[in-house]
Amino acid sequence: MANRNATLDAKSPVAYAGSKAVIPDDELVYLYRQMLLARRFEERCAQSYTQAKIGGYCHLYIGQEANLAGLLSALRPNWDYVITAYRDHVQPIFMGTSPGAVMAELYGRKTGTSGGKGGSMHLYDPARGFMGGWGIVGGQIPIAIGFAFAAKYRNEDRVTLCFIGDGAVPIGAFHESLNIAGILRLPIVFVIENNQYAMGTALEVSNAIPDLYKHGERFNIQSRPVDGMDLWAVRGAMDEAVAAARNGEPQLIESKTYRFRGHSMADAGQYRTKEEVQEWKQRDPLETVGAYLLERGLLTTDDIDRLNEEIRAECAAAADFADSSPAPTEADLFNNVYV
Amino acid sequence: MAVIQYREALREAMREEMERDDRVCLMGEEVGGYNGAYRISEGLMDQFGRMRVLDTPIAEEGFTGMALGAAMVGLRPIVEYMTWNFSLVAFDMIINHIAKVRYMSDGQFTAPMVLRGPQGGGQQLTAQHSQCVEAWYIHCPGLYVVTAATPADAKGLLKTCIRNDNPIIFLEHLGLYNLKGEVPEGPDFTIPLGVADIRKQGTDVTILSYSKMIHSAVQAAELLERDEISAEVIDLRSLRPLDLDAILASVRKTHRVVIATEAWQDSGFSRELSGLIYQHAFDEMDAPIEEVTGAPVPMPYAKNLEAMTIPNAETIADAARRTLARSGEFAPITRLV
Repeated sequence: MANRNATLDAKSPVAYAGSKAVIPDDELVYLYRQMLLARRFEERCAQSYTQAKIGGYCHLYIGQEANLAGLLSALRPNWDYVITAYRDHVQPIFMGTSPGAVMAELYGRKTGTSGGKGGSMHLYDPARGFMGGWGIVGGQIPIAIGFAFAAKYRNEDRVTLCFIGDGAVPIGAFHESLNIAGILRLPIVFVIENNQYAMGTALEVSNAIPDLYKHGERFNIQSRPVDGMDLWAVRGAMDEAVAAARNGEPQLIESKTYRFRGHSMADAGQYRTKEEVQEWKQRDPLETVGAYLLERGLLTTDDIDRLNEEIRAECAAAADFADSSPAPTEADLFNNVYV
Repeated sequence: MAVIQYREALREAMREEMERDDRVCLMGEEVGGYNGAYRISEGLMDQFGRMRVLDTPIAEEGFTGMALGAAMVGLRPIVEYMTWNFSLVAFDMIINHIAKVRYMSDGQFTAPMVLRGPQGGGQQLTAQHSQCVEAWYIHCPGLYVVTAATPADAKGLLKTCIRNDNPIIFLEHLGLYNLKGEVPEGPDFTIPLGVADIRKQGTDVTILSYSKMIHSAVQAAELLERDEISAEVIDLRSLRPLDLDAILASVRKTHRVVIATEAWQDSGFSRELSGLIYQHAFDEMDAPIEEVTGAPVPMPYAKNLEAMTIPNAETIADAARRTLARSGEFAPITRLV
């Protein structure tokens, strides 16, 4: 199974023509902390899921954190729009939503981001520009171009970042949306997070064109692949894309990445080998960034241990907050169907 | 009051609301440069420009979702489907996304948008272009479904829908676009949702209908009058929310009901109405409810076959007579259709 295709080989990061970002030291430490928070939060979710505190589906982001930090840090906070599908726990947390409110939503509590009505796949924080949180593969893409359309309509210099899984590339909504964005020159960055499996179906089984970024070019959208395990590369690509998008040029990035855990908590992982997973884990973005920080003397191993401890406590507090929060009531059941 | 066409009434509603509120915009296939496939939006692009009257590619899912995104961040889009049959291509956007965003976000987002266009048969447009979609959309919590049978209702209801903060399915009828009627003038003319219009008072039987079929219902009442049967005719107008009070008040008066619709009966809106009436007024009924509906077939092409699928004044009147025959008050009258 492993090494089917050179571009999918963990040992051969994709060639990327653009430049890697220069990230200032203090920001890098901050991004490292955010990536750690995302990792530890998802691990806490896994634990709560196995304890049956979290119901329904539960899709973890573990392994893809270089995208999270590299993409979101290039945006203007509380101004630009971010939308994604159902692997959505960590984007709002990165953008400032309290981990407690996210965990409470996963626990189905009134204090959750949607009052317990949305759950894992439907998290929102419009004040911070996090627009969900959507459960139908590809469904978020037409909505994303709507945010970008509204920005253009109102002459606002907001950029929309639309996360897209590789599994959404074959669906019609993807192609219709890219076409419209290409026609209207919308201020949007489409990012295909290519983690190489649409649930358990390998990329080449569902895509006639395995270089997914090429779809953007068909619609007159500037497109590039990037090594999604490399924070600096992702950020560099995103910096360029955001600048161009803010200027009214739609952009597409295919970020080649990997999820270390299953598609969801229910995934037995029989479609890929342990060796393949291990190979990709050698390029764990947390390890890469952590090693860099140590090497540069920006953090010590003690610092990293302390950071981890602090974050674990933060995630435990989020879980405690969720656990001790009230459930929604019958009165809430009928609220907000209509205005 | 000015006498204008149904299509002009729709256009005036959009024009006035776009003049009143610059968040209101129109998007769809052929709405701009072509001036509307059925000339509903004629002149609007010239007046409001290409962003506010946006020609879209033939990509219903794409532009319907785009309208939702725009609505979520404060615009008030009107989406025109060339026919409601094409909305089925966007069904996922409407059902899974538009109808649910407010609830899934617990009120953090609203989707103030009107999805509008023509539906219905009678033009020999055949199976893929003649369907009535109301049952599919009424079924889904989060959507309102509104119909208009007259130019005045077209204008007053569409203006109300554009100002409403909920996503609304606004069903026009292709066979009504040329219909002329008096329409109150002035930008403040609106008609509230959830209020039925009693088109004719009567005492013997209630005919419930909406959209183009209401005109056949009114004709049926005239036919019945010749037989000294007094029919009350109610145009439901808004199907969700539904004016159940008006329906039940009429049923308590007449004790007999005919429901006339062009839509299919199976699991359809006429069944829904029957169910509601039986549930709330079972003891009032002197006869089983008669549902006069579209024939359970895909719409055929041949003019005579198409006519057979769609109810008309005669079939509605016959159904009314059956309700009276069953309750023993009138002898059955057989007519050749």
